[in-house]
Amino acid sequence: MFLNQFLFLAAILFCIGVYGVLTRKNGVLVLMSIELILNAVNINLVAFGAFHQHLSGQVFALFVIAVAAAEVGVGLAIVLLIYRNRRSINVAEANILKG
Amino acid sequence: MMNLVLQTALSDTGNWIANIFFYIIAAVAVVAALKMVTTNNVVHASLYLLVVLSAVAATYVILGAEFAAATQVLVYLGAIMVLLLFGVMLTRAKIGAETDLDYDQRWIGALVATALGAVMMYSLWEGFGDVTMPAEQVPQRTEAVADEIFSTYIVPFEALSVLLLAALIGAVVVARRD
Repeated sequence: MFLNQFLFLAAILFCIGVYGVLTRKNGVLVLMSIELILNAVNINLVAFGAFHQHLSGQVFALFVIAVAAAEVGVGLAIVLLIYRNRRSINVAEANILKG
Repeated sequence: MMNLVLQTALSDTGNWIANIFFYIIAAVAVVAALKMVTTNNVVHASLYLLVVLSAVAATYVILGAEFAAATQVLVYLGAIMVLLLFGVMLTRAKIGAETDLDYDQRWIGALVATALGAVMMYSLWEGFGDVTMPAEQVPQRTEAVADEIFSTYIVPFEALSVLLLAALIGAVVVARRD
């Protein structure tokens, strides 16, 4: 097995996640794409951990999973607040700060 | 069961089996991820995300990271997916297809993602062209992971628990109805 096959999978998933973040208007779908990006990074961490026969990679992946859980909780709370105030979670319409 | 799969995947003779499994899993993950960012049904998108997350857990098993795989299933497939589905439900997404989920200028996003992917793959190819994984891979045992977390990484671990508490309280404060 090559190290690169895991890194390429992670790179492809990362780019698909970036595409999702850039093109989706729906707030929940943007959060899902961010989850995709975080998972791609986790594959990298675990792959390098296995490559170096070292546990740090797996431990960092676990930390990222925990931070992602916190991020989804706060992110969904914000999306719900936007929905309650504007009756829509279209992030393109949340433009009050625009000068 | 998991141990059996791990031992088969990591033994020398099982290396090509692990390879075949990896490519099947990678194909499933990429196709499901593409469907996730292009479908125009929010519930379908979350179900495609479920497929991707399971495939990532399977990749962890191939890499011998059993505890990360178990955590992925518990936290991502169990907790985060339920949270996201709650988000879909509470924002009253339409049942069925929607028309207004994407920006009109989709090609800009596609261009940025393709350019980023090209740069990343070029540098990966230059950097790790034919580097192979160690031949006699051993699964990283949960016991060893626990030792590592509670010795080397004890301070980040405690900071993480405070962060989780802060995020939980923050989410309650933000989403609470007054």
